[in-house]
Amino acid sequence: MSRRSRRPPPGPLEYLRRWPLQAWLAMVGLFLYAPLITLMAFSFNDSKRNIVWQGFTLKYYEKALNNESLVEAFGNSLTIAAVSTVVSLVLGALAALALWRFRFPGKPVVDGAMALPIVVPEICMGVAMLVFFARVLPWPQGLPWPLNLGAIIIAHVSFSFPFVAVVVRARMASFNREMEEAARDLGAGEWRMIRDVIIPHMAPSLVAGALLAFTLSLDDFVITFFTSGPDTVTFPVKVYSMVRFSVTPEVNAASTILIVMTVILTALALRMQGDPAAVSGHGAANAKP
Amino acid sequence: MEQSWKQAKAVFAGAMGPPLFWLVLFFLVPLGIVWVYSFGQNVGLTEISFTGTFSNYARAIEPLYLKIFAKSAGVAALTTFLCLVLGFPVALAITFAPSRLKAWLLLLVMLPFWTNLLIRTYALIAVLRTEGYINLSLGWLWQKIGGLAPLVGMQPVGAFTPLELLHNNFAVVVGLVYVHLPFMVLPLYSALDRLDRSLLEASLDLGAGHIRTLLVIVVPLALPGIASGVLITFIPALGAYLTPDLLGGPDSQMIANVIERQFKRANDWPFGAAMSFMLLYLTFIAIAVQAMLSRSRGRPT
Repeated sequence: MSRRSRRPPPGPLEYLRRWPLQAWLAMVGLFLYAPLITLMAFSFNDSKRNIVWQGFTLKYYEKALNNESLVEAFGNSLTIAAVSTVVSLVLGALAALALWRFRFPGKPVVDGAMALPIVVPEICMGVAMLVFFARVLPWPQGLPWPLNLGAIIIAHVSFSFPFVAVVVRARMASFNREMEEAARDLGAGEWRMIRDVIIPHMAPSLVAGALLAFTLSLDDFVITFFTSGPDTVTFPVKVYSMVRFSVTPEVNAASTILIVMTVILTALALRMQGDPAAVSGHGAANAKP
Repeated sequence: MEQSWKQAKAVFAGAMGPPLFWLVLFFLVPLGIVWVYSFGQNVGLTEISFTGTFSNYARAIEPLYLKIFAKSAGVAALTTFLCLVLGFPVALAITFAPSRLKAWLLLLVMLPFWTNLLIRTYALIAVLRTEGYINLSLGWLWQKIGGLAPLVGMQPVGAFTPLELLHNNFAVVVGLVYVHLPFMVLPLYSALDRLDRSLLEASLDLGAGHIRTLLVIVVPLALPGIASGVLITFIPALGAYLTPDLLGGPDSQMIANVIERQFKRANDWPFGAAMSFMLLYLTFIAIAVQAMLSRSRGRPT
């Protein structure tokens, strides 16, 4: 390396230090972030028309928080996401464990069926859930909260747990099976081995899987739109009806709260895993049909 | 080695049973019912008789609906292409970034993906609408520059007419690209990251330029990753509902919007079921084509 200049010229493969790529990155970054950042900024704008900056205000947050149906929808969404994450985590981890550990007749079929919810278009699954809960298993009306959310929770688990299974199984591929034998030789029973050897190895993927299931549930509009009734409105469904009506700063305020929550959740997951790249991995696993 | 299920039947049943039960009851059965519905007929308001008719499928391939299928496939293909063009340089830059920066760049690509789809679509509406930020900035520029026109002896310019950016096909494609870009970047990145860098260095040392190295060395080697990125972007774009619904105009309907109408408003469930399964078959065909291509490439010639 030359010592003459303080910054050596970019090496042949240091593409990030070449200006055309930097400009391209900046452009894509602007495209991805400018709409979201303006949306957040204008939630503090003291103007109903929401286009010209008129001064700072928190009144739309107050309005959003006093909007009872919006708050209720928000609570519904969080409850659904929390419950469906727990159920998906258990089902996904069990499926990953079984598919990783055993060979059995019909395994390719089960493998393929498990991948189905990941590849089937959302609209098809939404329609299937609509028909199923309308004709086969009508969810009882008028149940007390949160039982009335049952149908939506079931639908959300159905599309999230295969994602959890994929993430956990990818992690189990790095498990050294000799550890299992060692545990067995040392006298560990089935349960003990799962609890003390396998689950600790799974742990990072369980965090990633939980985050994935939670976001998938919180994010889902289409499938919920087909499963929800008039008294089981979720946040995306509520925002949808508000957006169809008009563009108001109240929606900006509610959206900002959700975006901030997403960022906090992500930061928490990063903390727990110690490395942003590790969490990004859950997206890569998701991007694998 | 994997263990035979017979060696620990109880563990196998305990682990495989619950997820399999859930998958069958709450996924395969509902999907199967839709499939059965697609061979039924509406009799009366809510009664449906299962006659085993193919008339719903016959209706689905009438020119009116065939055009919507073709249009959806076209929009999805255009979206995929634009994502590839936009995303490839990004993936390339991330791949060759220093490792600390790499993690942050990946996170930056992922963060919008975690943000609620509806919120992202809403954010785009605010940017694109007639009174949106783009038109507002253009109008401001128009006034400023137009104000200068008389000074240099030109005719004064008229009032600014806002561009029609929302509720048309343009908005749908912008929206789909906006939503699906992370889907493209991640598989591209993971393919590029696995490349043997010495091959690139060799190509550069032997005098090929950067563009030539990219086209002749990088793209062919990353082809499996490109193919999976294309598939992962194309499938959700093909079945997109929300983006054409909120950003599109009356002529930007895609398959998913037609399906939704059959179930929610037109109340023609059998026809909607047939359309759903047409979409599903299209998805499977896309997956099969990709699998076949990657297999034939993997075989030594």
